[in-house]
Amino acid sequence: MTLPFRRTLADREDVLGGAMLAPALAYVILLVGVPFAFAIALGFSNATAGSLSFGWAGLHNYRAILSDPIFLRALRNSVVVTIGSQVLVVVLATAAAQVFRATFRGKRFARFVLLLPWAVPVSLAAIAWTWIFDSTFSVINWTLKAAGLLHGWLYWLGDPALALLAIIIVQAWRIFPFATVIVLAGLSSIPQEIVEAAIVDGAGFWRRLFRVELPLLLPVVAVAVLFGVVYTATDLGVVYILTGGGPANTTHVLPTLAFQRGILGADLGQGAAIAVFLLPFLIVVAIGMLRLAHRTEVGGAQ
Amino acid sequence: MKRVALYAAALGFVVFAGFPFYWMLVTSFKQNRDLYVGASDMSHIPWIFNDPPTLEHVKLLLGQTDFPRWVLNTLVVVVAVVVITVAVAVPAGYSLARLVGRWGERMGMGIFFTYLIPPTLLFVPFSRLISLLGLQDSLGALILIYPTMTIPFCTWLVMGFLRSVPWEIEEQAMIDGYSRLAVILKVAPRLIVPGILTVVVFSFTLVLQEFVYALTFISSVNKMTVSLGVPIALVRGDVYHWGSLMAAALFTSIPLAIIYNAFIDRFIQGFTMGAVKG
Repeated sequence: MTLPFRRTLADREDVLGGAMLAPALAYVILLVGVPFAFAIALGFSNATAGSLSFGWAGLHNYRAILSDPIFLRALRNSVVVTIGSQVLVVVLATAAAQVFRATFRGKRFARFVLLLPWAVPVSLAAIAWTWIFDSTFSVINWTLKAAGLLHGWLYWLGDPALALLAIIIVQAWRIFPFATVIVLAGLSSIPQEIVEAAIVDGAGFWRRLFRVELPLLLPVVAVAVLFGVVYTATDLGVVYILTGGGPANTTHVLPTLAFQRGILGADLGQGAAIAVFLLPFLIVVAIGMLRLAHRTEVGGAQ
Repeated sequence: MKRVALYAAALGFVVFAGFPFYWMLVTSFKQNRDLYVGASDMSHIPWIFNDPPTLEHVKLLLGQTDFPRWVLNTLVVVVAVVVITVAVAVPAGYSLARLVGRWGERMGMGIFFTYLIPPTLLFVPFSRLISLLGLQDSLGALILIYPTMTIPFCTWLVMGFLRSVPWEIEEQAMIDGYSRLAVILKVAPRLIVPGILTVVVFSFTLVLQEFVYALTFISSVNKMTVSLGVPIALVRGDVYHWGSLMAAALFTSIPLAIIYNAFIDRFIQGFTMGAVKG
């Protein structure tokens, strides 16, 4: 870019660049950065929704929630749901990507259906699953009974363990299509020569999958999992609509409990303190992404 | 044999992914006496229409609920958020890709990371901010806050998109005597049109899907958006009108799915940020 005559304002790239970037930076700083800092500060305050007072409360909120069995349960549930659903997502997505890289009749339609869970608004998917898991009308129970697999009755959303399983299933269901598409994109970028070389060397399907393709796919699978962790750990809709944290507060996750205490209960300080426990999930993800970005920069030529 | 396994696996995934939508469809058009038969009655097959289909639930949804109103509210928010996002994110993406030099990539990444800060961490401070601004229970709250989610991702999308657009066209225009500003105003817009389209679609789908902020800020039924009103306000007391509920879910999902299908590859490029080359 060695161009002559860049004297007027209309040719100053730094000025133009700054001016065009400013609104976005202002939005992000004022409405994400500042509220983020405020979210952390609120955790140390006794603020309530009703009044405008904002007093320092030290570690009071943290002490309160750390001795609260409902919070500890919610924290555990968040970890269990996130890990459980992401394990399912990785297995389902790698398998689905193997299927959808092949060509077969009706693939366009199959792909359209596969993407549905990701396209549908979380809250609407959750209400559909609530109906599917209904205590009286559950089609799952009918089908299991018809297949001779179930003799008693499953109260999907009425039993704490089953309800947690239902939450994991719904989270995996809504995220695996996204992961599948990402893994597919990764598969298509594996150089064909490597795969062919493996075939020439006599590697069968499984050997090729586990020895050649999966190691090369690791960065893309990691991207899928990182987004999956953020989407699952920070999601409010599925649990809020499916169980509302019930029965008896056994299925709360951090976001639903933060909402219940902070918004419905008007205890902003405690709500913020609960939400702060989402940070470890996000930090893990941010570090993972930076390392991936760094790796692709360094090994860019591979 | 291998083909059989392939089709069986494909069918399995289609059934798992699509079953809730089939269930929405069946529920939306079933008569109540066909719908509300306990699942312990093995003689009644819930998967099929045992009685002729009916439009009763759809009529109820469109005629006697606030659903049409929610659709309208959603459209108002969509238009406003799309305009704000395009106006803010497109110039920012251009600036990062073409103007600010070697810091562009890093700043772009920094902005993108704010996309990872979730609504469930910010809703508590926002609830305070929104009431200070007097925006509680109004669509204005959503219009103000939703761009915090669309701008970071869309800035990143535009920046990535521009890397695939050759610089020569703009360079040639400058050699031809255009000023840098004139290039930005007259030449660049034509080049970024596909990128802008992706931004519009992403913002549109995000607004339709968002639930957390809507739940936090909106309490009046007639101010709700579709994704909030359907699961929250279609339930009257303890009575779930499952037919109408599922019809609403279905009508909202299908257009979204079609749009997603068309734009999926562009979104994925944004998400994988170069972890996938190609």
